[in-house]
Amino acid sequence: MARFLVRRLMVMVALLFVISLVTFMLFIVVLPNGNPAALLAGHLATPAEVHLISVRYGFDKPVWVQYVKTMANIFDGSAYSYQSGFNVLDEIRAGLPATLSLSLGAGFIWLLTSILVGTLAAIRAGRYTDRVLTLLSMVGVSMPVFFFGAVLIYFAGYKWGIIPLGGYVPWTQSLTGWLWHLVAPWLTLSILFIGIYSRILRSTILDTINEDFVRTAKAKGLSGRKVLLRHVLRNSLIPIISLWGLDLAQVIGGGAILTESVYNLHGVGYLAYQSVSHLDTVTLLSIVMLTALAVVVLGALTEVFYAFLDPRIRLQ
Amino acid sequence: MRYFPTGRGPTALAAETLDETLEIEQDFTLGVGPYKLAWLRLRRNRVSLAFGVLFLLIVVLCLLAPVYSHDIANIGPYTQNITGTVKVGGKVEDIVSLIGIPIGPTWQLHHYFLGADDNGRDVAVRLLYGGRNSLEIGAVATLMTMLLATICGLLAGYFRGLTDGIISRVLDVIWAYPAVLLGIVLGTVLEVHGLGPFHGTTLLSTAIVIGFVYVPYVAKPIRAQVLAMRDREFVDAARQQGLSHVRIMTTEILPNLASTIIVFIPLILANAILTEAGLTFLGAGVQPPNPSWGTMISDGISTIPAAFHNVLIPGIMLVLAVLSVNVFGDGLRDALDPRAKIRLGKE
Repeated sequence: MARFLVRRLMVMVALLFVISLVTFMLFIVVLPNGNPAALLAGHLATPAEVHLISVRYGFDKPVWVQYVKTMANIFDGSAYSYQSGFNVLDEIRAGLPATLSLSLGAGFIWLLTSILVGTLAAIRAGRYTDRVLTLLSMVGVSMPVFFFGAVLIYFAGYKWGIIPLGGYVPWTQSLTGWLWHLVAPWLTLSILFIGIYSRILRSTILDTINEDFVRTAKAKGLSGRKVLLRHVLRNSLIPIISLWGLDLAQVIGGGAILTESVYNLHGVGYLAYQSVSHLDTVTLLSIVMLTALAVVVLGALTEVFYAFLDPRIRLQ
Repeated sequence: MRYFPTGRGPTALAAETLDETLEIEQDFTLGVGPYKLAWLRLRRNRVSLAFGVLFLLIVVLCLLAPVYSHDIANIGPYTQNITGTVKVGGKVEDIVSLIGIPIGPTWQLHHYFLGADDNGRDVAVRLLYGGRNSLEIGAVATLMTMLLATICGLLAGYFRGLTDGIISRVLDVIWAYPAVLLGIVLGTVLEVHGLGPFHGTTLLSTAIVIGFVYVPYVAKPIRAQVLAMRDREFVDAARQQGLSHVRIMTTEILPNLASTIIVFIPLILANAILTEAGLTFLGAGVQPPNPSWGTMISDGISTIPAAFHNVLIPGIMLVLAVLSVNVFGDGLRDALDPRAKIRLGKE
């Protein structure tokens, strides 16, 4: 177990290194002369001013020196964005509450709802309930997030006035305000994942029901519900939980960009999007590293969790 | 033909479970190849076929965009007409009112059938042209993803060792980025600077970006399948016969991958269309004034609540197109592999 973890850790570090390198190189390639000094200096700057800025910020040093210094700054927490002038860590920290509230809230909502919907569809497989639920899941998967958000904002916000028109209220400020502002974003973000997960769960349950051990449990005389809960679900939920971990990491790291843009929640995803359009390398690098870190860590955690849940894997 | 059960036959109605259906099929389908079998199963699935037809209809409608534009509506997708007026049911109305509110659907085929957007452009014409763009991008992206993913998966699974190590690590790096973020980064890089021969965001560059982002999603299951097939006897037998590696890959392994590939195509197409809309909404995809369902929705959002039809109409078209691809793809998967041996997932 320890060797497995150490190996995963090494792979993690290597992966993060490569990701940071690739992102850095992409933006160095993009900026004129690999040099953001021209952007910083503004339209009316003279070449002398641009040169001064280059020297002051160290843009004239070779690329690998810049890379090392940038990464050192990021890990220090002292990196600040050239575009906005703010400390990157502070900006990310400011955006985290909105993103975490959105992602974690939506994550739990979609997990619970998918389990309900998937189980229901599997129990009533082939019948009317199943068909309706499957169709709804398909629609959920086919709907672009921003379209659904716009529709919700228009009907529930403008016409009926039951949800606010966007913005984020921290829960330290007002718990009811926080909830009220997050209901629509949670719903919007969940719809897509509910569609995906409920169908995966449904097919996994249908596969598990045909296994021998379920037949044995029924033959033993266990009630239908006990069989379902204790045997079928325990097995079927394993792939769902592992997928959930990975998806949650992706959503936290910026997969919620669309939702945050539509509802005007200034979270990490929105920050990432802004940094790309402003060609702000440092902020983007930090956020990408954060996401990749989250994905890799959560991936490793879910694998450990997998081994914990399923003794067969442990014995390998 | 009398061996094959149809949807109305007594056998299909009598079969209660999937197993019974398959057993009965086995009795009836001696000597029928797996693809013929799959086609028969697909034919029985009325819902999937209906949605498949719907998708074809949408495609045909969008391809006929120039016909509609030149012959029926007499207006192009870029023609702005902010100050013009149009006659609706006897009354003369401004296309875009004095405070900037565009007209809603007039339901008159020959002009502004579905209304106008805030620049006075005809929504119906833009919808069809935009559909052409969105579907084109989706198709090219899907083609690219499937080609690259098949090649990568084949090479990685067949040769294993160092090749597999390198390819898998590269795929992991791509996969570690959230898809939308990667799309935006690549899209912005292409737009601002260009990479190699590609400059600016043409439709092609957007398609390539989207195609690139989904390669790991397809390549990993393909690689897993190739790995499993590699150890089987028929590959050994082929090597014994002296067939070259390339020959083995194309003639022995690739045909077995066909089912998986066919099943993935509608899925990736649906994802590509959705991703294009998302990227365009964030400004990293198709640029205005080029129409695409994504640009229309994002333009329309700025005029909520006064002219919601600008958001609703392209949105509904988008949902219908993606939904029909998804449902048809689902039916295809059920037909090709009713026991769902093809695992689609993020392993």
